This record gives sequence, structure tokens and C-alpha cells, in this order.
Amino acid sequence: MFRRIVFLLTCLALAGWLTAGAALAQNLDAVLKGFAANSYVKTDQAIAALAASGTPQAVDIIAALQSGRLLFHLYNKTVFIKGADGKLIDPRTMKPITGEAPFGLKPVRINNRVRAAIAAALGSLRLANPDPAKRLAAAAAVFKARDPSALAQVEAALAREMDAGVKAALAEARAAILIGMVGAPEAARVAAVELIARRGDQDAIGLLRELPADTAPTVKAAAVAAIGAIQRSLEFWNIGQNLCYGISLGSVLLLAAIGLAITFGQMGVINMAHGEMVMLGAYTTYLVQSWLAASFPEATHLALALAVPAAFLVTGAAGMAIERGVIQFLYGRPLETLLATWGISLVLQQAVRTAFGPTNKEVSAPDWMSGAFQLGQLTITWGRLWIVVFSLMVFAALLAATKFSRFGLEMRAVTQNRSMAAAMGVRTHWVDALTFGLGSGIAGIAGVALTQIDNVSPNLGQGYLIDSFLVVVFGGVGNLWGTLVGALSLGVANKLLEPYAGAVLGKILLLVLIVLFIQKRPRGLFALRGRAVEQ
Amino acid sequence: MIAQLYRSDRVGAALLVILLVAAVTVPVLSLAVGEASSLHLSSYAVSLMGKYLCFALLALSVDLVWGYCGILSLGHGAFFALGGYAMGMHLMRQIGPRGVYGHPVLPDFMVFLNWKELPWYWHGLDQFWLAVILVVAVPGLLAFVFGWFAFRSRVTGVYLSIITQAMTFALMLAFFRNDMGFGGNNGLTDFKDILGFNIQAAGTRAGLFAASALALAGGYVLCRFLTRSHFGKVLIAVRDAEARARFTGYRVETYKTVVFVISACLAGIAGALYVPQVGIINPSEFSPANSIEIIVWVAVGGRGTLAGAVLGGILVNWLKTEFTTGVLAPYWLFALGGLFVAVTLLLPKGIVGTAQDLAARLRPGQRSGTSEPQAAPAAEAAE
Repeated sequence: MFRRIVFLLTCLALAGWLTAGAALAQNLDAVLKGFAANSYVKTDQAIAALAASGTPQAVDIIAALQSGRLLFHLYNKTVFIKGADGKLIDPRTMKPITGEAPFGLKPVRINNRVRAAIAAALGSLRLANPDPAKRLAAAAAVFKARDPSALAQVEAALAREMDAGVKAALAEARAAILIGMVGAPEAARVAAVELIARRGDQDAIGLLRELPADTAPTVKAAAVAAIGAIQRSLEFWNIGQNLCYGISLGSVLLLAAIGLAITFGQMGVINMAHGEMVMLGAYTTYLVQSWLAASFPEATHLALALAVPAAFLVTGAAGMAIERGVIQFLYGRPLETLLATWGISLVLQQAVRTAFGPTNKEVSAPDWMSGAFQLGQLTITWGRLWIVVFSLMVFAALLAATKFSRFGLEMRAVTQNRSMAAAMGVRTHWVDALTFGLGSGIAGIAGVALTQIDNVSPNLGQGYLIDSFLVVVFGGVGNLWGTLVGALSLGVANKLLEPYAGAVLGKILLLVLIVLFIQKRPRGLFALRGRAVEQ
Repeated sequence: MIAQLYRSDRVGAALLVILLVAAVTVPVLSLAVGEASSLHLSSYAVSLMGKYLCFALLALSVDLVWGYCGILSLGHGAFFALGGYAMGMHLMRQIGPRGVYGHPVLPDFMVFLNWKELPWYWHGLDQFWLAVILVVAVPGLLAFVFGWFAFRSRVTGVYLSIITQAMTFALMLAFFRNDMGFGGNNGLTDFKDILGFNIQAAGTRAGLFAASALALAGGYVLCRFLTRSHFGKVLIAVRDAEARARFTGYRVETYKTVVFVISACLAGIAGALYVPQVGIINPSEFSPANSIEIIVWVAVGGRGTLAGAVLGGILVNWLKTEFTTGVLAPYWLFALGGLFVAVTLLLPKGIVGTAQDLAARLRPGQRSGTSEPQAAPAAEAAE
């Protein structure tokens, strides 16, 4: 009984408020006077009146009020909109005013109650927008605000809506309002709960949890059941999202490690300067981008595409220089190679720091790499997706090069049996230098991709060195497929551990697991068999 | 004993004499000689030299495993840091109520993190004897567990290097965490006193220097004794031809584990002596780069010569101080990196190894006792 009275009173108040607004709306000037009254209550009424009036400039005026651009004159009660360019616009005509700007204008003040009224009014006004995308956004806004006073407008909009997507959004908005409305019929509210449950996201859970205290038990039970169902499905999506993160991390690991799979995996050179090759590739990207910005500003979107071959050439040449200058004297002495290349990495880091300064360099992302899209409940950023694709492309190209090219054949021949290859006329030293150059060049290409997700600084490479070695060792030395599987499984394992153990502890756990794994299979996941093992 | 050593190991004997003399003269020059005198040593200089000696002991421990058993550990910095943390925890407990927050038991960082009581592993560390035990036991235990698993599964060469690196990396990440209870990334610092002596006082610094010198001398004698013994001969055999040593009937993994544990204990002692002299221990000591740097100390001085490791540890760190405190600071990494490359390419036996070779060549026909344990890089190629 009591509830019904409350409902009636609410309806009465609502109706009274609306009719008062309609009376005011007969004259836009009168409405605008309400804004100039310098009173929250009057402003509130003016918003409602404006929303109900159906004047075409209502959205602009209320939006201006929302962002503090609605100005009024304290004494002659005129109201203006301050345009984006700072010019004053007359709200009655929506044209810039002529002549001098009046002195002493003040913005119309708003408080939280007015803000809520603004949001609701804008929501319902925008529901009538001819652009379906705008209507969709408006429906989402109503869903968020779930102001009971908007129910009538939502239902009206729902009745005339033709677009299926907007219709569904409007239905959800309507359900969101109904769920919180104590006075609404029970059956309608249960149906609303079911509709909201189908959304299946955090917003839906939030909505279902915030039921008013005096809600009927049937509605409450439906909400509890719905929350449980949503949470189960969210958990499932959550694992999916972590898998996506894991694959993304795995692709980064793959990029970082794949060059090492050549220099360390094929040649057996413990290349501690590998990370610095990645770093050099990143700096090459930075240079290419700055050069384009300076010389061909209209072509800056090609920076990444041009940086890939540039980085390959620069780091490949650097790698060959290192091989000819230092490593060729150290073959067969892996631990000495480790020390010498570590020394080289220190020198390279310091050289870059001296040349470019210790601070991070900015490499901007092209348009097609920014933003994200929604797949079910998964959020996938374009940048990460492209890095996954790019790493797989690099992997495939490298695999094809080693399998099908003349150089790849010679490379495998030298790896398998150096003296026999030499006897067959392969210039082994030349092949060594090229192989090392190839591995370094691939590391440079990785650097190009890493500019998009990491800071371009002299220390960029260090962070990837240990991970890269672990990937190669885990996957099995001398096997490119092992590197692929190793990188992806380490990436996924890391991200699946993270929610339970935290980022740092997850990483530690993973390191411990790898160390244990190496005890069990000292030669990695895909171990070489036969004579090559004892080299 | 020195006389006995002199007959077989002249470099070592000279080193011991220098260390013992330094253990006496440096404190005298610091405390008894007036500040006006040109011979006076400031307490800063004493601590600096003490630090070099700790690094030398660390280098010695690495030389024992790398030079004599062929185990290239890229994680010895972890043992050093663990020893340091054990000592650091004791020194933290010694601060007592004199911390910034004045809590009677909890160290400052725990009060800051709103901890209510001491974690279990901090209990008892107010006792010096327990700290001393832990300084040796914690690195030793870790080395035992790690070595037991790694050597038994015959993880060798590069693979071992990489997993030791992963070990120290994991420990670094762990110690950076605030909720581990080791002070997070600030580490442990603001120490007040050790065994009741003010840690800043010149007398304490001189005492710590003397302790470091004696520890280094003791460490050298231990390593020399080990490498000369039957045990040491087996280690060299394992280094040069692991499979052959195994087929001869030696349990290679036992030998490796034992020498790894001894080496880790020595590194822990070096860390424990290092912490009171520099006044801080933080997780960056675990960083893999630090551990690799130790290797270059040994390589510069001469791998497999013990005395060379000591020399390298002191020399490289002295160079580092000279570089990083002056106008040459930006060039230190160039110098260190260049040193890595130059030593491996041009001086594969290090300073002491090369000098021994020269000495042996100058005295043909006379058997030189010092050049016996050769670093054998060529042997690794065969592996």
C-alpha cells in the first residue's frame, strides 16, 4: 500500500514537474531567464523545460552548460554560449553575436544535482538524434545514468527505433531504469533483470548489486542468480583475456628471442650484445622517423615500414662487424664469447647514451596501430594484434630463409659439419659472418616493433636479454620451432600466473619453473639428437 | 705456514704477507698517525680499501668454481648479496629503538609499511652469532640445493651459466618486493653499530678492514689448500674432461656441489664484511650485471690462479673508483666493456697467468711451482 502511494506521489511530482517545464517552454526566452537566475533550482527547472521543449538548439545549450561554457549576465539576464573559438553565440539564433562582447559575464554554476539533470536531459535529447551512432551513445549514457525520469523518453524512443543495435541498447537502458524502480511491476523488473543478465559484463553486475533495499524477493532472487551466471561467464572471458595478453607477451618474447635463436641457437655464440642489437633497431626507427618528419612530413606514416629494412641493415652490419672483429677469434670458447660480447654490449649502451642522451626517445604510433576493438568481452588493442602478426611474419620469413634459400642451406651445412661444408666449397667464415649478421638484423627488426610498446632508451635491450635466453634454452637450442613454442608458452604461462601470484611473483615463479624444467630436460623442449649435441 | 707456502707458491706467499702487513699497518696509519701527517689514512680510504678486499674475496670464490672446476656461475652476486642481507638484518636489529620512528623492535621500513610484528625470519637476528651462522648457511644452503639439482641433472657449461643468471634475477625481483620483508628497493641501511662499536667510527672501520684482510687471507689459504689437495686435482680433472673424470669413477656431481657450496659460503662472508663498510645493502646487488662483472675481475687477474682473482678484484674496482669519481665518469662503461673484450682476446690467461708463463719461459729447465694450475680455455673447446 505504502509503496503504491510512494509511486503515485512520484508520478504526480514527475507530472507536475514536466507540465511546469512545458509551460515554461512556450517561450525560449523565459527558459533562458531560468539559467540566468543564478539559482540551482531554477537551472534545474530550466534544463527540464528545455529538454521537453523540443527546440533544436536544446542539446547545444545543455552541452554548453555541462562544460561551463554557458555564460549569463548578472543584471540584464541575457545568456550566451561561449564557442570553442572563444566567440560568444546567441542561443536563440545559434549565431555569433555582433558587436562588442558584454562585460561581466559569468558561467552558469552547476552542482551535482544539476549535473545529473544535465546528463539525463542530454541522454534523452540525444536519443532523438538522426545519427544511429549518436543514438547508440545516448542509449549507453541513459544506461549509465538510469534516471527514472528518462523512462518515458526511452520507451518513446524504443517504440520509434528501427535500427536493431540501437533498439537493443535502448531495451537495456529501459531495463536498467526498471530494475532500480521500486514501483514498477514485479514481472517487468524480473524481465529487466534477465535482459541485463544477458549483457554479461561488470556493468551488469554493478547494476544488479545496486537493487534498492525494498525490492521484491522474486526480483532479488533473479538478480542473485543472474549475478552468479554473469560471474561464471566473466571468469571464462577473463581466462580468454589473459590468454590474449599471454599470446601478446609471447609474440614480444618471440621477436626478442628469434634473432638469438640464430646467433645462439645455430652458431652457439652466447651473444650478450643481443639486447643491444634490439636497442639499435629501436634507435634506427627513431632516426628514420625524425628524418621523415624533417624531410618528408607528409610521409611520416610510412616511418615504421621504412624502419624495418633500415633497422635490419644497420644492426645486420653491426652484427657482422662484431663477428669479424671479435667473435671469430673465440669460436669454441663459449664462456669467453660471453664475456667479450658482454663487453661489447656495455660499450654499445654507453655509445648510444653518449650520442642520444640517457632519456627516452619518442616514437609515435601510426593510426592503424592505435585504438582497440571488442570481441565478445575481450578487448584487443590493434597495436598488440599487429605485433603478434608481425612476429609470426618474421618467424615465417626466417624459417623460409633457412629452409629454402641457398644461404640457408649453407648456414645449416656449416652448423652441422663445418669441415665437411668447407670441403664442399662453402666459404665458412663468410657464412659465419652472414649468419651472425642475420641474427643481429632480426634482432634489429624486433627493435622496430618494440618501439611501440616500450621506452626507446639505452637500456631497452637489457630487459629482454635474460628472457630471450630463457626462451631459446627452454625451447631447445638449434630449433626455430622450439623458439616459437617456447616464447608463446612462456608468455601465456606468465600471464596466466599473474592474476593469482601478482606480476613480480608470477615472474619469479616462472623463472623457478624454467630452472626446474632445465634440470629435467637440460637441452630444452625440442632437444637436438645425435652427434650435434656434444658439440 | 707462509714459509712452507713460499716454497711452492711464491705469488700466494707474497699475497699473504701483504695482506697480513696491511691488516696491521692500515689501522695504525688510520688511527695512530695524526691527521696532519701525509701518511694518515682517512676512514673513507680505509673503508674503500676494505671494500676492495671484500670484492677480492668474492672474486676468489668465483675463481674457485670457474678457474678450477669450470663452472661459470653468473649468479655469484646472489650469494654475496645473501650474506650481505644476513649481516644487514643483524645490523638493522642492532638499531633497536634509535630508528626514525623509534619502534623498540621493528626496523623503520616495517613501521612505515604498517607491520605489527617481526616476520619469523627476523627473529633471533639480534644475536651476532646467529647472523654469522646465517651469513655462511644461507648462501651455502641455496648453493647446495641449486647445485644438487643442476649438477645431478648434468646441466653444464652455458646452460648452467644461464640458469644461475635466472636464479639471481629471480632473487632480485623477489627482494625488490616490499612484502618480502627485506626493505624493498630501499634495502637495509642507516646502520648504527656493530658489536657495540659505532659503525661510523674510524676505529670500527679500521677493525672491519683488518677483518676483511684476514678473511681474504684465510679464504686464500683455504682455496690454495683445497686446490692443492686430492679434491682439487679431481676438480681440475672435471674442468678439463668431465666425462673422463666420471668414467674414471669419480662422482662428478658431488665434487661440483661441494666446491659450489664452499664458494658460495666464501661469497657470503665477503658480502657480510662488505655491508657494514658501505653501510647499505639493496636488491640491486642481485642484478645479473653485477654477477657478470665479477667474472671480468677474475678474467683480468687470471683465471685459475687464485692470486690473480684477488689482484683482478682489487685492480678493476680501483679502476672503477678512479673512473666513476672523476671527469672520466661517462667513459667507465667504455673502459669496462673494452676491458672485457681486450682481456678475452689478448690476455686469455689474465695478468697473473701471463706473468707466470713469462716467468716460466725466462727460467728454462727450472720447474716453476706457480704455473701448475693452468687455465685451460682450449680444454673447453673439446667439451
